[in-house]
Amino acid sequence: MNRLSLFLSARKNWVLPYVIFSLVFVVLPLLLIVVYAFTDDAGHLTLANFGKFFDHPEAVNTFIYSIGIAIITTIGCIVLGYPAAWILSRSRSSYAQTLILLFILPMWVNVLIRTLATVALFDFCQLPLGEGALIFGMIYNFIPFMIFPIYNTLQKMDRSYIEAAEDLGANSVQVFWKVILPLSMPGVVSGIMMVFMPTVSTFAIAELLTMNNIKLFGTTMQENINNSMWNYGAALSLIMLFLIAATSLFGSDGKESEKGGGLW
Amino acid sequence: MIQSDHKPIIEIKNVSKCFGEKTALEDINLSVKKGEFVTILGPSGCGKTTLLRLIAGFHNASSGEIRIDGEDVTDTPPYKRPVNTVFQKYALFPHLNVYDNIAFGLKLKKLPKPEMEKKVKAALKMVGMTDYEYRDVDSLSGGQQQRVAIARAIVNEPEVLLLDEPLAALDLKMRKDMQMELKEMHKRLGITFVYVTHDQEEALTLSDTIVVMSEGKVQQIGTPTDIYNEPVNSFVADFIGESNILNGTMVEDCQVICCGHQFECVDKGFGRNVPVDVVIRPEDVYIFPVSEAAQLTGVVQSCIFKGVHYEMVVLCGRYEIMVQDYHAFEVGSEVGLLVKPFDIHIMQKERTCNTFEGRLKDATHVEFLGCVFECLPVEGAVADMPVQVEVDFDRVQLQDDAEDGMLTGEVKFILYKGDHYHLTVWSDWDENVFVDTNDVWDDGDQVGITLPKEAIRVIK
Repeated sequence: MNRLSLFLSARKNWVLPYVIFSLVFVVLPLLLIVVYAFTDDAGHLTLANFGKFFDHPEAVNTFIYSIGIAIITTIGCIVLGYPAAWILSRSRSSYAQTLILLFILPMWVNVLIRTLATVALFDFCQLPLGEGALIFGMIYNFIPFMIFPIYNTLQKMDRSYIEAAEDLGANSVQVFWKVILPLSMPGVVSGIMMVFMPTVSTFAIAELLTMNNIKLFGTTMQENINNSMWNYGAALSLIMLFLIAATSLFGSDGKESEKGGGLW
Repeated sequence: MIQSDHKPIIEIKNVSKCFGEKTALEDINLSVKKGEFVTILGPSGCGKTTLLRLIAGFHNASSGEIRIDGEDVTDTPPYKRPVNTVFQKYALFPHLNVYDNIAFGLKLKKLPKPEMEKKVKAALKMVGMTDYEYRDVDSLSGGQQQRVAIARAIVNEPEVLLLDEPLAALDLKMRKDMQMELKEMHKRLGITFVYVTHDQEEALTLSDTIVVMSEGKVQQIGTPTDIYNEPVNSFVADFIGESNILNGTMVEDCQVICCGHQFECVDKGFGRNVPVDVVIRPEDVYIFPVSEAAQLTGVVQSCIFKGVHYEMVVLCGRYEIMVQDYHAFEVGSEVGLLVKPFDIHIMQKERTCNTFEGRLKDATHVEFLGCVFECLPVEGAVADMPVQVEVDFDRVQLQDDAEDGMLTGEVKFILYKGDHYHLTVWSDWDENVFVDTNDVWDDGDQVGITLPKEAIRVIK
């Protein structure tokens, strides 16, 4: 038998192209970040890059500020997204599909174009660019990632849980707080991770919507790397990666996520 | 007077429920006495769960009135009704443990903690699940989840406990055990149970009263013995237990001709020479080697061992009669059959032919069931004259291919009458067409219906 056809007939071999791709473009760069972060310009092992970060209050402040913005964005997305997901999950299927399309539609447009359009909109309305515009832009960009996982869990939720709660004496407000919200937590956790992580590292949205007045952590990293300060930039990236890893651990810690329903 | 003991806890008056175009329940009247164990029994899709959900408040009646404990609750939301439900798939909250599931209703009532704990413990004890308080509900078996679901409902001390096929998901052995426990629990709690099931044996075992439903209507309400021994129509006779349902003619009081033999029976008041349905339970037929005593003689067609008894089909002339007996008779052997007068149950025929409301088009055409049919010339016909159309059951023709018929329908109910099948076909015009046929059809078959012009009798 032909060797090639034998190779192709084993289904697990088909995964090989992607394995090679991710080795070259995901694993290797990550290793490079680690190596760069712990070395200096000359290639000697050092912790100076991390020391530099913690010595500079400016960098630490940017870091904390970025996390603050990310938290505000995430909370904003939950507050606005949960009711939207709720309405979607309660509406008739044909109607819901149209609504979902309306939510997806902006995502077909590139982030930068959307953000530039937001800038133009603020200009048109003669609203000042800055922190407010930044948070608006972030929520606008990331809210679909909050709506979908919540919508997913809400839609899959067995109606009999709601009926059981009503039967046991819960009015609609109590049904929501005691049954629907706890049961949809996997979706909310998924949504938090989908929104919180990317918002920590954004820089383009911040630059455009604040006319470069507000620096986020992503911007700091980008500036360092653009200015060929690879080692310091890599150290900053690593710090952020740790933060993201910590958030995902928080997410998968709860037993809810095992039951699925969210995106992860 | 003992009236206070027997005042109705649930009263359902003329209740109908429609979902869009479809009528799920039609003019239901039901009165449940305090402390009764009532079972709503029927095949799937008969509206029994809808009726239970109306009592629980998950649906609102389209018309009619529901009273619980004398209070009109027709439009009361479920959380304000003094009833609790045990759901078919348990619906235990997966984010709460056993204790919190059971305490859910008590917490909403803001009961003090020690009292709540006492009640939850008592409920757990009642269902035999002591020491399971802090278990995760997902870690419990089906039977255990069922018990928790029951505990969660009874801990609230409802006036009425509603149970929606609670044992359907359990295996046979477990189901039998739980049936006994439920009956025991009903006795101890002294509250009213309304139980929905499609399992006739379960209904006969558990209930004080059985409500047999079919196609959104109550067919019969009665004690298990009443329902079993005195079914009001062929549907009930066929659905509850095994039965031979045969066409017969009531010659006079206490005399009925069936399978070519005149039997003595105990039913009266049907009139003379009236066509009736005769119900004979297979366990009531005596089978023995041919002798003088035989009312009918026949040949054994099949003999199946059923554990306690043998089930035999005996062909007497052209009628097949099912017989259950402890003794087996060989296939092919000639046997005599005897039925005692008391064991013959006579039912009024619901109808003796199809009757439709129609409209004459001209002398040879009549419109009914949404189609125009050719008929034999009608004298003095006036166009658009409303008429009644009759078609005998055995004159209706059914086709395999729905396209071949003048109209299409779905086989909904099949009744074997010893020598032919009596089918109920739900036509696409939403009217039933009844058919007598020797062909074998299955429930749910899509068929074409043809009415030859000779079969159509137009009555002005």
